[in-house]
Amino acid sequence: MAGSAVASPESLSGWYEQMLVIRGTEKAAFDLFMSGLVKGTTHLAAGHEAVAVGASAALEPDDYVWATYRGHHHAMARGLSAEACLGELMSKQTGSSQGKGGSMHMTYAPGNMMGSYAIIGSHLPMAVGSAWSSVLRQSGQVSVAFFGDGATNIGAFHEAINLAAVWRLPVIFVCENNLYMEYTPISSVTAVEHPAADRAGAYSLPRIVIDGNDVVVVRDEVAKAAAKARAGEGPSIIECLTYRHYGHSRTDPAKYRPEGELEQWLMRDPVKVLREHLAAAGVGEDEIGEIEQRAQHAVLAAIEAAKAAPLSDPAEAFTDVWADGGSQWRT
Amino acid sequence: MADLITYREAIADGIAREMRLDPSVVCLGEDIGAAGGVFKSTQGLFEEFGPTRIWDTPISEQAIVGAAMGAAMTGMRPVAEIMFSDFLACCWDFIANEMPKVRYMTGGQVKVPMVVRTANGGGLGFGAQHSQAVENWALSVPGLVIAAPSTPSDVVGLMASAIRSDDPVLFFEHKALFATKGEPAPAGHVIPLGQANVVRTGSEITLVGLAWSMPIVLEAAELLAQQGISAEVIDLRTLVPLDAATVLSSVSKTSRILIVEENPFQGGWGGTLASIVADEGFYDLDAPVKRIAAASVPLAFATHLENELLPSVALTVETAVRMATS
Repeated sequence: MAGSAVASPESLSGWYEQMLVIRGTEKAAFDLFMSGLVKGTTHLAAGHEAVAVGASAALEPDDYVWATYRGHHHAMARGLSAEACLGELMSKQTGSSQGKGGSMHMTYAPGNMMGSYAIIGSHLPMAVGSAWSSVLRQSGQVSVAFFGDGATNIGAFHEAINLAAVWRLPVIFVCENNLYMEYTPISSVTAVEHPAADRAGAYSLPRIVIDGNDVVVVRDEVAKAAAKARAGEGPSIIECLTYRHYGHSRTDPAKYRPEGELEQWLMRDPVKVLREHLAAAGVGEDEIGEIEQRAQHAVLAAIEAAKAAPLSDPAEAFTDVWADGGSQWRT
Repeated sequence: MADLITYREAIADGIAREMRLDPSVVCLGEDIGAAGGVFKSTQGLFEEFGPTRIWDTPISEQAIVGAAMGAAMTGMRPVAEIMFSDFLACCWDFIANEMPKVRYMTGGQVKVPMVVRTANGGGLGFGAQHSQAVENWALSVPGLVIAAPSTPSDVVGLMASAIRSDDPVLFFEHKALFATKGEPAPAGHVIPLGQANVVRTGSEITLVGLAWSMPIVLEAAELLAQQGISAEVIDLRTLVPLDAATVLSSVSKTSRILIVEENPFQGGWGGTLASIVADEGFYDLDAPVKRIAAASVPLAFATHLENELLPSVALTVETAVRMATS
């Protein structure tokens, strides 16, 4: 446990509840998929919650956040409700994109969560762009791009970081290194030990590797990077070590994991780590139990509401292509 | 009468007009700043607007278009330059998967008001990787506006609409037209996207062109007139929105249509237009719908080989005569 990190009991409690709601929503997504109510595919972020919640805690409400197809936790950390998330997975009218986006494109624009992108690395240049936009508008906003370890081997990663460094833009690249690109260990396809941090030097940026399962550690590191960015001192790369509890996607039982690896990481489950922080900060068992109950009720209510909501209108298929709201491409 | 200006000058003029009106318009691309662009099509912009609005980038096509997207999605109206349209392949993910889909997959939460300008097409002997007409690549992707002007005045008018549009626009500037001259655009000139231009009226055959093929069809129409054949000439100006109504209305009058396009026959835009005419204009037709396009071959370097592969005035006239007299 990172003993030096400090946070108030109120903050810790808030993050704990947020993390539990995300965890519960991911579990619900898994279960609903198994019962046939969610189709397509899902890439669940259970195990990664501390990265999303910790980073969000360090940001201002109008800062920009960009995510990958494993992005439910990032959208929810910026304010997307469990109901809108599950509604989207279940193709409901109450879903965040009325069923036009789905699991891989979770977006919450009211929280400046600008979307989840399912082509590896594509959102990294976009985050550079929103950071550039903040400089042009002199708005003081910071942009954060979350991505997996696999994204560090694609060209857009390098193009984006170079441009951000050259233009000294207020953007933070946060790698969620969960050890596997999809089914293949990242270490077996990457020439450096730390796929993101060990590349930072190539762009004159410091090498930062942190415990991505400790929400307080993540909060502190992102806060430092955000302060640097707002001071006009340019981008940062933060590599967070974490682990996904489920497989890569719905069809992946993750049989490639060595025996005992998951169990070892479960001992460092971000929820468990934060629970220990709460106890150490003097929050009593009763109070922790109340938070857990509240989160559980919130998720159950979201599941019921999403189930009860109507499917989105078939006419939605032809909306939101063009600025006029429609799909007409010819006279 | 004002002096004529070149197509090349019209590009910088069109961008500058919008930049003066709207501070959210910014440009980025390779060598576009102090160098004025490799084709000099952004000459003068850096001097007038400075480094806070005209940004030189590394050779990073994905970062250029991706950064433009991120800026567009957060309050700016970026104009990105991809030096040669062939290089769109280097950032094809952004053109095909990102720009055109963000509005849809976010359920309308996010819009992408940006322009990607690029020098398109052949005729200058640049070989197979710097000469392609690739507007048909873009046409295969729903969600992109596609503009391809043929005159200096149209460059300015379409640039205004492209930059003001809340949709992502691919703006094809034709390399072989850069040195051509025309009337300067009047103040406040705006051409709506999706409005074809009937450049010449006629009664016996409709010739449809776009960008580079416009001088070809116009010259062909002149030669046809000398042979007593009256050709109507339509400049599509944009492929999306496609002004099919103007084309169908013309065909209802002329009963024949010949489409002249620079991109390869295989997958060319004329196929889409031809299918619409065959479907919705069938009972107006007195001849099969015809297309003249580039050969389905990589473009050659040597001028005499390139000429073998591209559409020509002679072939256009010959085909039109056969259609009008059979």
